[in-house]
Amino acid sequence: MLGAGLFIAQRVTALILAPFVIAHLALIIIAVHGGLDAAEILARTRGNPWFAAFYQTFVTFAALHAAIGVRVICAEWSRGRLNAIHLDSITLTVLLLLFCMGSFAVFAVVV
Amino acid sequence: MRRPRRNSARSAQPTSTAPPHRRAHRRHAPYFAFWLHRASGVLLALFLPLHFWVLSSAVLGAESLDGYLVLTRHPAAKAAEFGLVFLLAMHLFGGLRIMALEFLTWRAAHKTVAAAVIAAAFAVACGFLLRAF
Repeated sequence: MLGAGLFIAQRVTALILAPFVIAHLALIIIAVHGGLDAAEILARTRGNPWFAAFYQTFVTFAALHAAIGVRVICAEWSRGRLNAIHLDSITLTVLLLLFCMGSFAVFAVVV
Repeated sequence: MRRPRRNSARSAQPTSTAPPHRRAHRRHAPYFAFWLHRASGVLLALFLPLHFWVLSSAVLGAESLDGYLVLTRHPAAKAAEFGLVFLLAMHLFGGLRIMALEFLTWRAAHKTVAAAVIAAAFAVACGFLLRAF
């Protein structure tokens, strides 16, 4: 199900993600005051390299963390019906889907 | 010989087919916190593609993104956002709890920490709701 490498990767990505999630929650709570407005959001994000770096890193580690988490849940819920190839395919699909969609979302709000 | 008094709620017929010794842990706060951590992870993984899809609409301009953001002004959408913030905070604090259990030596306050994790997530979500309205 999870080798030592993936187990450590899951924990390391979780530790890296913790400050990102705290910052993201703080940003959500600040930004939501007075309602969400696209012009206001994009004025803060467009052309901002710090914002791009922050969210691209967030997306990368979130995609890795989610892909490994989905793998663990699929392995447990399938009760052994999924073999290593199935689990590798699921992990890679989730990783690529979230990484590509997330990277494009960061591109859309920054560029 | 006196029989021990039985709690009526505990003596109710179990719904699960698992034997009692394998089911008892499910009534404990740490198991509930673990289950919430799992469920929040699955729901967040399902929500992320939708979140990225909405944000990607900004590539067509602010008006396109506003087309989605206008939906968030509805009270039902705010309730859903409250749920999402709760899930994210729950997954964060629940994950920190699990790593503390795995990597630290302390073992005494499992139930208190599990309850504190759920309370902290709820507090963050309430903070969001207070700002949203």
